[in-house]
Amino acid sequence: MSNPFEKNSNKELSAKSLKSRVSLTDTNLLLFITIAVFLIMYVCAVVFLGKGFAKPQTFLNILNENAALIILSCGMSLVMITGGIDISVGQVTALVCMSCAVFLDKHGGNVYVAMILALGIGLAFGLVQGYLVAYLNIQPFIVTLAGMFFAKGMTTIINATQFNVENAQFKALKATRVTVPGLGSVNKLGNYIDAYVEIGVIVALLVVLIFFCVLRWTRTGRNFYAVGGNNQSANTLGINVRRTKFTAHLLCGLLAGVGGFVYFMHVGSGSPSHASGAEMNAIASSIIGGTMLTGGVGNIAGTFFGVLSLSTIKNIVTSLGLDEAWWTNITVAAMLCIFLLLQSILLARKNKQKS
Amino acid sequence: MSVSENHFENLPKKSVSVIDTIKKIVQKQVFIPLAALLVLILFNLIADPSFFKISLDKSSSGDPVLSGYLITILDNASELAILAIGMTLVTSASGGQDISVGATVAIAGSVVLKVLCGSQSRPDQMQAPIIVAFLICLVVSMLFGAFNGMVVSFFKIQPMVATLILFTAGRSIAAWINNNELPVISDPKFGYYGNFIPGIPVPTPIFIAAICMIIIALVLKFTNLRLYSQAVGINPSSSRLNGINPQLVKFLTFVILGACVAVAGFIKVSRLSTINYSVVAKDIEMDVILAVALGGNQLSGGKFSMTSSILGAYVIQFLTTTLFKFKVSSSAIAAYKAVVVIVLVVLSAPIVREKMVQMKKKGTAAKVGKAKKEVA
Repeated sequence: MSNPFEKNSNKELSAKSLKSRVSLTDTNLLLFITIAVFLIMYVCAVVFLGKGFAKPQTFLNILNENAALIILSCGMSLVMITGGIDISVGQVTALVCMSCAVFLDKHGGNVYVAMILALGIGLAFGLVQGYLVAYLNIQPFIVTLAGMFFAKGMTTIINATQFNVENAQFKALKATRVTVPGLGSVNKLGNYIDAYVEIGVIVALLVVLIFFCVLRWTRTGRNFYAVGGNNQSANTLGINVRRTKFTAHLLCGLLAGVGGFVYFMHVGSGSPSHASGAEMNAIASSIIGGTMLTGGVGNIAGTFFGVLSLSTIKNIVTSLGLDEAWWTNITVAAMLCIFLLLQSILLARKNKQKS
Repeated sequence: MSVSENHFENLPKKSVSVIDTIKKIVQKQVFIPLAALLVLILFNLIADPSFFKISLDKSSSGDPVLSGYLITILDNASELAILAIGMTLVTSASGGQDISVGATVAIAGSVVLKVLCGSQSRPDQMQAPIIVAFLICLVVSMLFGAFNGMVVSFFKIQPMVATLILFTAGRSIAAWINNNELPVISDPKFGYYGNFIPGIPVPTPIFIAAICMIIIALVLKFTNLRLYSQAVGINPSSSRLNGINPQLVKFLTFVILGACVAVAGFIKVSRLSTINYSVVAKDIEMDVILAVALGGNQLSGGKFSMTSSILGAYVIQFLTTTLFKFKVSSSAIAAYKAVVVIVLVVLSAPIVREKMVQMKKKGTAAKVGKAKKEVA
């Protein structure tokens, strides 16, 4: 027979651990706020701005427009959780678009080979940047800044002007749409129109799902948090800090390749000005989604909602009739500002509780 | 036998002292930008010595004007050097970089034009004295700097993220100040500050940059700014225990950067007498950060060398102009810059340096060993 006291304490322990699991940790609270803000914003838009927002297709269009950004932001979150940053993703996207476009259009390439090309470019950037950051201890900001410059320059060296891809195989892929059952709407003529998403959205959702699971339930994923939270104690615990950082940058590069191809499928052209500023949007979405740049805190689901919030607010601003370009930027900046201050207040409160 | 041994025992000692002096020079911070500059100068000397020709021409209005690639470099690097001053301080104190400088330069320029033009967009004469416009622009820029500084120091958000706010909104605010119009100032007096003052053959921005450098040199010499910002950058909590207010120091460095931005913005609009919100000072933040990094300053804060940073700014402009001369298109320049930066950064990484020193030692040891064997 076991000792009754022991049993009691066990129970207490399990109750405690259960409580801590349910209670709002930093990650959960930030995630909760992000989702709440997104829902409130969307409901307000539906109520005050009328029918446009109520249509399911409007929501799906937000996904269609931002599939690439979602993928890029996932990579960005991974790197940010380990305490780094990657500002090259936007220009890598442009480089991928341009290389694939030239490959398909001027060399008559195959779409599947183009996909491999896109992944290869992303992987190459991830490899080099990861090596420099993790094994040579160079600051991630500088390394990826150079990567960004390099990608930018290479894009214009490959081709300096915008052009549309006329490859038949690619056009078929670009036009492929996945209908979403049950969400269609009836248009003015009384015809029923199916709601649809592009293939890119499926890819983006898959990426979100995979990395959500990886971060939550695999050892590699937990290592990311440990390294970002405290480099040295992670090292003491026997985690290979360098390899973890390297993996994060590698994955980010790979996702930039994937995102690049998804972006390419969406726009169907190559141009040096494609996806300019995407890295800042990705960083902003990650921050709004509750990832902290200090590392160790973050959630892929939050990032996903971060992208949605960012694009919803852009849509709202446009439909308010404030279509001068500056309003979008100013509102996005204001939103970013609010979320940053929120994070900092949260952090300050937590530190106070500790001491 | 013993004589010969003695002979060779002396050899390594001598070579070690040479290595030591080389090491000392290499370890000096100013070595990195200086070496980069030397490489660039050598490259240009070999490729085309006419690069260094300076000639005295006449401008369109008949005034004597110096022209040549070197003058272009000195002239165009002025804004970069001025911004590098502020960025070095910010980097040192806060351990991060301000990525909003390009956007705030646009705001500063926009403010100058707004004050000078008043309500019209193309006035025949300026609506306010230039000095007033400059002072207002200075105040506004310092306020924006203060905003960045406040978010960084009081809300404890990393500088790169905090300045992301203005990076996103800055150019939009600049356009909004002037109602998205593009004001043009026709008075030639306004152009003096970005081009030439009649009768003086040297471009004015060079003088303005020199004045800024003298001011910052005096400030660093006679105040505790250097000590304080370095202390805060190295360890904020211990500097607080020593009676320095880390938040205030960080805040102050951002305000100083704001002042630098005002000067740079003023020069930028004076060059063209107008402004293009989305293009003015585009990507200058990256160049400025590169200048600081090229100067061998730790981007994670702490010790800094102002001379190296400013020299870094000139090296970057030197590189840009060299590439332009070889007909590299302006957008492809980025790729070459990236390669140069990566090479520099990799060479200056502590790990790589240690390895290089080790290899050198091994190399000399092997040589000495070989020499001994040959004698035996």
